[in-house]
Amino acid sequence: MTRMVEEQATGFRVSRRGFIKGCTMAAAALGLSETMVPKLVEAATSPKRPPVVWLHFQECTGCTESLLRASHPDIGRLILDIISLDYHETVMAPSGYQAEQSLDDAISTNEGKFICVVEGGIPTKDGGIYCKIAGRTAMDILDDVGSKAAAVIAIGTCASFGGIQAAEPNPTGAVGVTKLLSGTPVINIPGCPPNPISFLGTVLHYLTFKRLPRTDQLGRPLFAYGRKNHDQCERRAHFDEGRFVEQFGDESHRQGYCLYKMGCKGPQTFANCPAVRFNDADVWPVSCGHGCVGCTEPDFWDTMSPFYQRLPGVTIPAGGRGIVDAATSKGKVILGAAAGAVGIHAAVGVGKKIFGSNEDE
Amino acid sequence: MAQRITVDPITRIEGHLRIDVEVEDAAITKAWSSGQMWRGIEVILKGRDPRDAWLFTQRICGVCTTVHALASVRTVENALGMEIPINAQYIRNLVMSLHALHDHIVHFYVLSALDWVDVVSALKAGIKKTVALAETLSNWPGNSFNRFKAVQEKVQAIVDSGQLGPFANGYWGHPAMTLPPEANLMAVSHYLEALDYQRKADKAIAILSGKNPHIQNMSVGGVTAAINPDNETTLNIERLYWVKQLAEEVRGFVHKVYLPDVIAIGALYKDWLAYGAGVTNYLAVPDMPLDTRGTSFDLPGGTIVGADLKTVKPITGFNDPYFKENVVESIAHSWYKGDWSKHPFKEETVPDYTDFQDNGKYSWIKAPRFKDMPMQVGPLAQVLVGYAQGHKLTKKYVDDALSRVSTLAGAQVGADVLHSTPGRHLARAIRAAMLSDLALEHWDKLVANIGTGDLEIFNKPTFPKGEQMGFGFHEAPRGTLSHWIVIRDGKIENYQCVVPSTWNAGPRDGKGAPGPYEASLVGNPMANPQLPLEVLRTIHSFDPCIACAVHMLDPHGRELTRVKAL
Repeated sequence: MTRMVEEQATGFRVSRRGFIKGCTMAAAALGLSETMVPKLVEAATSPKRPPVVWLHFQECTGCTESLLRASHPDIGRLILDIISLDYHETVMAPSGYQAEQSLDDAISTNEGKFICVVEGGIPTKDGGIYCKIAGRTAMDILDDVGSKAAAVIAIGTCASFGGIQAAEPNPTGAVGVTKLLSGTPVINIPGCPPNPISFLGTVLHYLTFKRLPRTDQLGRPLFAYGRKNHDQCERRAHFDEGRFVEQFGDESHRQGYCLYKMGCKGPQTFANCPAVRFNDADVWPVSCGHGCVGCTEPDFWDTMSPFYQRLPGVTIPAGGRGIVDAATSKGKVILGAAAGAVGIHAAVGVGKKIFGSNEDE
Repeated sequence: MAQRITVDPITRIEGHLRIDVEVEDAAITKAWSSGQMWRGIEVILKGRDPRDAWLFTQRICGVCTTVHALASVRTVENALGMEIPINAQYIRNLVMSLHALHDHIVHFYVLSALDWVDVVSALKAGIKKTVALAETLSNWPGNSFNRFKAVQEKVQAIVDSGQLGPFANGYWGHPAMTLPPEANLMAVSHYLEALDYQRKADKAIAILSGKNPHIQNMSVGGVTAAINPDNETTLNIERLYWVKQLAEEVRGFVHKVYLPDVIAIGALYKDWLAYGAGVTNYLAVPDMPLDTRGTSFDLPGGTIVGADLKTVKPITGFNDPYFKENVVESIAHSWYKGDWSKHPFKEETVPDYTDFQDNGKYSWIKAPRFKDMPMQVGPLAQVLVGYAQGHKLTKKYVDDALSRVSTLAGAQVGADVLHSTPGRHLARAIRAAMLSDLALEHWDKLVANIGTGDLEIFNKPTFPKGEQMGFGFHEAPRGTLSHWIVIRDGKIENYQCVVPSTWNAGPRDGKGAPGPYEASLVGNPMANPQLPLEVLRTIHSFDPCIACAVHMLDPHGRELTRVKAL
């Protein structure tokens, strides 16, 4: 402990090294060569930090909290060195009138140039009364601020697709940003919450190339959502050999076998969880013995639940004997919808559609 | 003449909160607390698999991540009359205590320090004097000349850039900001260090639970983090020692930075020890269970009435009827139809949005009551309830903190100063010190039990036909959290959450009694009503979480539960 504290006490040199390492990892996540690292560093540390306005609507602040846990760049470096976080209700010093002043200043000074980050769903029912800030509905604020931004980053499944409040019966008519906003480019970073590297990689990409990264047809950047968890999972060999956990805590669970039969939704979830993992602790839910719940997919609260029932329509190898068996499901009705959604996804083809006017790099 | 001030949005909290106050002769005479968002998560739960509920309810809040997960699995287990393996209990206790440490550190530095600390004033600090000041508080190695110098240069660079970001339009130079520049510089340095240490607590949680925020290792019946000392993919001794090391580092920060900082701010702002008491009825539930059924605990619970510690009455276990039977929620001033007070099992709510009515309905938050009394919940309640019962660990840290405040303030203070705005911060830091000790104790208990060869983590739940009712509680960082469930034929029939910030941020009840936020503002000074810094100080001292406070109701007016005698 003493050694580490001393390192911190020597100031920001150590942090900078960590930051460059972070840029290297972000570059790797973006599929860029290491020669791009200096450019990323330069873009991210230009004299004028790009202004960011962060809006909170129907949300739990989990996405902001995930950034608080990011290590490269860490939150201090992000808001002090990389971006100018001009409006963010969870961290900003002023409240009330002074907070509104900060929002007005940020927009009027940087119209058409700032990045707008949206966290949370937007309620549309009954005129949007279910979420109000400074007397205005979330719908009004999004329309006003979003239309003046250079680009909108929808962070989390709520801002991307409506999220938990949009789950059946969607009592407030909650929707994601793309349902309401047109004319401003929108990129979706779903997840509940998303891995902070997926958000930070998008920001760094935008700052470096002055355009958003390429996305799938759901508006999700390919560098983070291009492959299924199942295809990157460290337990995949157990799946292929037909070795499954039958119950939490049993011998198969203690051997780290595949969690498919415990309801894992990895086979239909596009995300980078097993690749980049979480919290610098080399973990993701599956590594702690719990199935993936599919949180980066639209409507996963309905289409991927019940969470402890297995996905239908997945062909599994059985018992390591080379016998191929189609899984059956008790949750056909709800889970069937997931299969349908993924079917559409596959039919359109991940990566075929490139976001906006981006060209191949 | 009274002047009316509306502060909306209240920032540096979770969620959307509006506070209205009337000010007369530079002091607040009347206050209203209004939740401004509603999502309906309990409605969404109806008809779903009770085993899934914890994943849904955890999304009530990402700041209070883990707490609704824990309360939810306890609730379903209570309905089924289940116990869970002791390993699972210890792992849950580790997650719970580490989360609270993260949360308290973030709350003090990121969410509330800027109410007391003038960042711009730090530029005027002498570096050597700052080192000298810091050394009187603790021997933390981070309090070095080079560190403080680098931080001051950083602040200067931000100011010079003209891009103040989140610090723009702050209350810098406000007459109520009275810390010397050196204390401000030290606090800014600790603000930046706090960002590193809160992350260590989260990393330890993630090792046990897959990710954070929103852990994924719970299950009705136990946890899913398999234990096998002979496997590389499970909780083995390497993983467990990583958790221990991180917990030790966080404990060091709490004892040498966080607690001393709060003691210093409490002493340097001693005038404020007279403000912000508000509701002095307190409620806390016991936590960190030591057995498989939740009958004995490391942290005590109970109630106190009217600031009188002699009235303390303990809450003893997961099935204590004293808690179960005495909770109601009132909607007299909330945007729901009617003006009833009902027990959570009996609630049926219909929305009735009216906009803000001073004497009518003005909030999405309900008003929970215990034996018909408003109660303050949170670290202050936790600490007082323990102190009143003579709980050893609580007494040790309370007495020590009060003696250090007395020394710094140059005046003897007793436990009565805890009923105040700085008192809530002090109680939170005391609670953090206790939890940082207990986290390591429960780590020892877990490892010792694994050493006996016990690897059990899960008992399989079975859902019988018919109806089961249950409740579960958790003493979360912001206070007493309870979930209430009715299960019918294996599906959720009704689900209610009575949340810490609902207890504290709720509006007036049917008798007109204000909630703790509202009561605590009355009598606060207000130097300049245009710059409502004093309102923020008192409101932030509760650590508001509005996503948690507002979560419920059925907009279609459907009955959520059948009325049933308990």
